[in-house]
Order: sequence, then C-alpha cells, then structure tokens
Amino acid sequence: MAGHSAHVDASTLWGGKESPFQTSYGKLMMWFFLVSDALTFGGLLIAYGFTRHDAQEAWPIGEETFNSLPFLGHGYPLLYVALMTFILIVSSVTMVLGVEAGHRMDKKGVVKWMIATIIGGFFFVGSQAWEWYHFIHGSEFGKIELADGSQAIVKGHFGELQNFTVVTPGHHHKKGDVVTEDLMHEFQHAAETGNLKDGMIKLHDGSIAKVNKSADEHMELIIKKDGKTNKVGAHIEGKKAEEMYYSSLYSGAPNKVIYGANLQQNEYGPQQYGQFFFFITGFHGFHVFSGVMINIIIMIGVVLGTYHKRGHYEMVEKTGLYWHFVDLVWVFVFTFFYLV
Amino acid sequence: MERDDVIEYSLYTHHNEEQGKKIRKKIWFVTALLTVITAVEVALGAFIKQGTDIWPMVKWSFIVMTLVKAGYIVLVFMHLGDEKKSLRNIILIPYFMFVLYLIFIALWEALAINDALQQNAF
Repeated sequence: MAGHSAHVDASTLWGGKESPFQTSYGKLMMWFFLVSDALTFGGLLIAYGFTRHDAQEAWPIGEETFNSLPFLGHGYPLLYVALMTFILIVSSVTMVLGVEAGHRMDKKGVVKWMIATIIGGFFFVGSQAWEWYHFIHGSEFGKIELADGSQAIVKGHFGELQNFTVVTPGHHHKKGDVVTEDLMHEFQHAAETGNLKDGMIKLHDGSIAKVNKSADEHMELIIKKDGKTNKVGAHIEGKKAEEMYYSSLYSGAPNKVIYGANLQQNEYGPQQYGQFFFFITGFHGFHVFSGVMINIIIMIGVVLGTYHKRGHYEMVEKTGLYWHFVDLVWVFVFTFFYLV
Repeated sequence: MERDDVIEYSLYTHHNEEQGKKIRKKIWFVTALLTVITAVEVALGAFIKQGTDIWPMVKWSFIVMTLVKAGYIVLVFMHLGDEKKSLRNIILIPYFMFVLYLIFIALWEALAINDALQQNAF
C-alpha cells in the first residue's frame, strides 16, 4: 500500500534468488544510457541517409570534399579522416588496457593508460577543430554558378595570385601602385560581391587594378546542380573548364561563387550537407570532449586512490564504456559521412 | 553505512597476471584488425570512384566492414561478449529491430520523394 514502503524488506523487493543480468546497477544504467544515445546518433545518421537519397548525384562525395592534410595541401583524399579514425581507435585501445589493469588492481597501469587515452582524446578534438576550420574556410576555387545557371565544384591547382596593379586610382591607391598583401582575401571578397570584371578587380577603396595571377593546372568542373545545358554529374576538364569558370568569375555579377561553408550555404553541395556536417560531427565532437573531461575526473579519482580503497575499478570500466561508445559512433560516421 | 540488502554483482571481476596476458593479447589482435580494416576502407575509397560499375559492391563491403568493426568494439572493448546473454540480448535486439525498421522506412521514403521530384522536373 502507498506510504507503507518502509516496511518492505529486501527479500520482498527482490523475489528472485539471482539478478537476471548479474551486473551492477551503475553498469546497467550506463548501458541503458548508451542505447538511448545510440538511438540519437542512429536517428541523425538515418536522417542524413534520407536527405542524401533524396538528393542523389547532387550530394557531395567524401573524397571530393575532404582531401587535404595539414602543411601538405590538397590531393590526399580521406587520409586525414583516416588518421582521425586511427587516433580514436588507439585511444579506445589504451582505455581498454586501463580497464584490464584495473582488474589486476594495478593502480599505476590504470593511470598510465588513462593519461594516454586523454591525450588521444585531445588529439582527436584538435583534429576536428582543424577539419571544421578547413570546411568553413573552403577551397581557393569555391563553387561557381556557370553561364547556363548550373552550379559546379572545382578541382585542380589554383594558380598563385602575384599582385594587383592599380590602373584607375581610388581613395587610397594611386595609379601604378602594386598591391601585394592580403591578395586572396581581397580576391575572394571581390568575386563574391561582383567586383571582378574582365581581368580587373575593384578594390575596397574604389580603385581598379589588374589581376596578375599564375595559370591554374588540371582544372576540372563537376556539375552539382542542373542548368540549361550542363547536367548533374557531368565533368568538364581543361581549357573549356577554365573558360567557363573565369567567364563566370569575371562576369561582374555578385553571388556567382560561394567559398567555404556556413549554415545557409556551402561550396560542397546542397544546403543540408553543411548542416548535417556541423550537427553530426559537432554532436560527436561534443561527446568526445565530454568523454575527455569525464576521463580526467575519473583519473583524478584513480590517482587519489578512491577506487583502490573501494576494492575495485568499476568506475574506470564505466567511463571506458562511454569512451568506447564514442569510438563506435565515429566508426559509423566515418563510413556514412566520409566513405559511402 | 554498510548495506546488506544490496547485492552488488560483477564488481569483483578481478583476474591475475596470467589471465591478463591472454586478455591483452586479444586486445592487441583487435587493434590490428580494426587498423587493417580502416586502411582497406580508405584505400578502396581513394582508388575506386563512385559511379563506376563495381561501386555498389564497394559500398556494401564498406557497410559489412563497418559492422565487423562495430561488432569487435562492442563485444571485446565494451566487454558485452563477456556479459550474461540476457543483458546482451536486451541491449542489442531492441536496438537492431528499431534501427533496421527506421532505415528501411526512411530510405524507401527518400527514393519515393526523389522519384516524385524527378517527375515534376520534366
């Protein structure tokens, strides 16, 4: 009866002789939390799959979008993500070695492996920051709207900008001035706002300058949105690609080119692509960050000897479960966001 | 206060150095396996372009390799393989039932919407 629960003793509460799962309360609850969290990630990835099947060929391909390495530039499809995956797998291994050390009551071993795990976690979060920066910043070519209204992403090597030679003076620059600083930023800004025309750039002070630029190499246009003549999936290479790209870039009309990504638009594909990228990798990155924090807190407990006094290292096992789960999710994100 | 009405399970799952050696050997084996699978995935992804004839096969092999990796992580790293069968089932079966249903319904619907949009376009 209600209000009389104080009189119920343990044997009445638990009628059976043995727990059906034979596991501790904390571990069971961690597993239940992980199942619910897995459903959240499952839902996100399935929503991604839904949108992708909906968009078909217009959807970006992982190796087209993610092909850069720090310090080395472009042309390394998926290697960076593979490295991130490897870092996370290794940190999962160090975690499970920590749990194993805990089962032997080897306090030093637990501390050693947990430190390694935390370092791996920080490396992963840092890698993700670099990837986000790169994704937001975008490529040198951007995504271009061609004359027939189709949109194309651009592959190849962008010829270096050498300088801008002022032809018509403005507020700041005189005729004959040679601008050599902040060229890329100025150039991309002018392209977005329609201030590039017939090989000339209108600088922010109103002066007009000639763009001196090295030739591009191996340019390739990949159509991502239908136009009157170009259809999704078509590849255009060589001289023709360069003509089409630059006639659009130097058309003098604004909004012909998109650089990088934000929540409204991105240079890689449909709008939802950027949103899914930010949400899924961001949500996962947040999990990694929380995991690192939880690992640090538990490690402090290990160092203080809290769990040793308790007689078992189950706390390490529970935080380990969460950490492995983060790795597990990344395995799926890696396949469905980057590979397939 | 010591509570004698609470039965704690699985807390004293200690093992000695000899068993530890065996367990560590298994951990390193799984590490090597996960690394090799990831390397194969990246190599396939880098060398085989989407849209080629063998791409659908590659795509399915990615999914199979992912499930193998996930299986090893869950069963070995997360020790679910060592838990009681009832615990394993209550975690895996409801999850798979729900997710497979969701995948089926979402992808089917996406293709239908794509068809409808294509018909509108022409």
